[in-house]
Amino acid sequence: MNLSLSDEQVFLREAARGALSRFKTFEAAREALDGGDESALPDLWPTAKEAGWPGLLIDEAHGGAGLDAFDAMLVLGECGRVLASVPLLGHLPASAILNDSPNAAAFLPEVSSGERRAAYLPSQPPDDLSGRWSTDPAGGLQRGALPTAGAPDEDGRVPLNGSFAFVPDAPWAVGMVGVALQNDKPVGVAVLSDSPGVEVQPVRRYDATRSLGHVSFTNSPAVLLDAPEESLAAAWHLAQALIAAESLGSVETALEVSVAYAKERHTFGRAIGSYQAVKHSLTEVLRQLENGRSLLYYAGWARGGAPEEFPLAASAARSVAGRALDNAARTMISVHGGIGATWEHDAPLYFRRAQLSRRLLGGTAGATDRVAGELIGQAAAA
Amino acid sequence: MDLDDTPEQVAYRAEVRGWIEQHKSEAPVLTGPGALQDEGEIIAARRAWQGKLAEGGLAGVTWPKEYGGQGLGPIERAISTQEIARAKVPGILDAIGVGMLGPTIIAHGAEEQKSRYLGAMLHGDEVWCQLFSEPAAGSDLAAVQARARLQDDGSWRLSGQKVWTTNAQFASYGLLLARTDIDAHKHKGLTMFIVPMDAEGVTVRGLRQISGEAEFNEVFFDDVALDADAVVGGVGNGWGTALTTLMYERVTIGLGSEGLGYNSTRFAAAIAGDEHARRDPEVRHQLGEITSELLAVRFTGYRTLTALQKGQIPGPEAGLAKVTIVNGAIKAGELIADVLGPDVLAEDSEWAYMISFLPGLKSAGGTEEILRNTIGERVLGLPPEPRLDKGIPFSELRSKEAAAV
Repeated sequence: MNLSLSDEQVFLREAARGALSRFKTFEAAREALDGGDESALPDLWPTAKEAGWPGLLIDEAHGGAGLDAFDAMLVLGECGRVLASVPLLGHLPASAILNDSPNAAAFLPEVSSGERRAAYLPSQPPDDLSGRWSTDPAGGLQRGALPTAGAPDEDGRVPLNGSFAFVPDAPWAVGMVGVALQNDKPVGVAVLSDSPGVEVQPVRRYDATRSLGHVSFTNSPAVLLDAPEESLAAAWHLAQALIAAESLGSVETALEVSVAYAKERHTFGRAIGSYQAVKHSLTEVLRQLENGRSLLYYAGWARGGAPEEFPLAASAARSVAGRALDNAARTMISVHGGIGATWEHDAPLYFRRAQLSRRLLGGTAGATDRVAGELIGQAAAA
Repeated sequence: MDLDDTPEQVAYRAEVRGWIEQHKSEAPVLTGPGALQDEGEIIAARRAWQGKLAEGGLAGVTWPKEYGGQGLGPIERAISTQEIARAKVPGILDAIGVGMLGPTIIAHGAEEQKSRYLGAMLHGDEVWCQLFSEPAAGSDLAAVQARARLQDDGSWRLSGQKVWTTNAQFASYGLLLARTDIDAHKHKGLTMFIVPMDAEGVTVRGLRQISGEAEFNEVFFDDVALDADAVVGGVGNGWGTALTTLMYERVTIGLGSEGLGYNSTRFAAAIAGDEHARRDPEVRHQLGEITSELLAVRFTGYRTLTALQKGQIPGPEAGLAKVTIVNGAIKAGELIADVLGPDVLAEDSEWAYMISFLPGLKSAGGTEEILRNTIGERVLGLPPEPRLDKGIPFSELRSKEAAAV
């Protein structure tokens, strides 16, 4: 047993921190919010390509780094620390499905190098109650149905019909990868974004650093992927683990900034961090952060080491991380007092990040429900 | 990063599993059909079983070989604990002695003390108890008032009261923190003693808790005579010696969550049995929140083990795991009672027992508030609260406290 970072992992994390430190991500985030468009945000994809992040989860034989989910989580954590908008949340789960599809091998070098950026179409596998695959709805509690894939044409392409709402990093992605139903069976599909019948409507909600899109397909020609069904389900859980890691990265810096302020700001002749009320609320942020970190280890290990536990591990990580980020952002505002709730401060950027993140990819609440479902399923089987 | 055993650990696990298989039939039965009922018989059987575990190398796994241990690392200890739990046989009776007090004597005791006491402790021949907390010294442990006075012949006379003492009713010895110099600063005037529990003037009284059971005791000392060689770690060094015990206590608590039975699998099973509850969104949401945090603590324990294995001493943040466990279990008790109704509160129900036990556990091993203070100061580096007890003799503290009100 060894739950610590290897030298290579420490290097990967430090290199990511160094690469991202060259950009003024917080200033850019505020400017993007002000200007109402994302042109203010730095394009971090060239940095990602240079660092080799697009190919993190692709086998070395296909040009990737051949690393595992935990390594990808370390990079996402660094992105979260500085609220950077690197489109890895969309790309990495898509790359994992492609990597598990022997018939997609020809695409892999360009996906791995980042020449072709992919976006993952969030496709949720069945849980203990529903028994069917679903998509995130555009609103409301009723989950959507997966698109359908028809019979192959002479080139082997299948026509795809249906839609996905709030797809992370969909705008400007070259291709999209997700799950569709063909004769009621889940199949992996890959679609080029410039194919006929593909519509990507860019969407921005509350957090200017998060690029989203509503995606619809009308008889769009798609490649049927031969990835096994377990791989299609694992991509959903991988996306959960990645957004959890990203959220915890944001918790880290929110806590650091809050603690620093609690040491220097004085009231009634004392640093406010000496008061138990303030100290205990910051300790609560640390408690949630540490719990989340432990679950990232669990998820990172389970994806390769115990795949049957990966849904539980990734859902638990997402559940804890989502709540941790919300609490960290709210505590950050409270500790700073009035200034923390103003446009002048970074705290609202964290707060906006927390509110949107917790509603994407099935939501933090959905992950919490899956934790219960997985454990109830285990108990019933025992 | 890896959760799997190394080849050496695989071999060790097999060895431990083999030993348990071979000796399982000799283990006392504590629950279910044929379970021992008489308290005295239970203790005797568990002491004998601890002796067997020690002979088999399953007690004192991390103790040095020269004191009867195995000289192995914390991961091997965790493996033997896991295998004992897996076989559903009881572990050692004197977890406090072997886990916390023995290591303190190993670190600070004289050679004569080590050779006299450690072997009998490890084999369960002599059970130990921890005599630290007092009615007015818990979170602020250095405020202990139990007083040991030096006699002309070099021996000591001890008077005072201790509380929350597990196993005192059948312990042979206790490790006791006493004040030996009231004119020194509160942390400086303390000394650690070994106290024979059958000495003249020692009175043990069971302390019944919410459940009605007496799991702890209060212990009274009325002019108890102690020999000069009862001192552990030197006169006036009691605080440093106590810190060693508390460090082992943190490790024990940090790694012991699974042992308490407050885990996600057990709580989920209670809900899974109810067809309606397992489909109810609100019940599922609460269960998911509780269990995801308890799952996290399991992996925090593995992180602590990794640190120990690398020779690092776990810091006070291990205490956060205790906060998570206790509060998670309290919420789980609430949820299970909501779902299963008043039958959960039947006196012989496992859940009634848990529900009754938790309010006290919130303060055990340091209250949640003092843990959050310590972590806020030592881990986050936040400034301490101003305090009134700095730099003054203990004897003047009371009047200063009274004046500050």
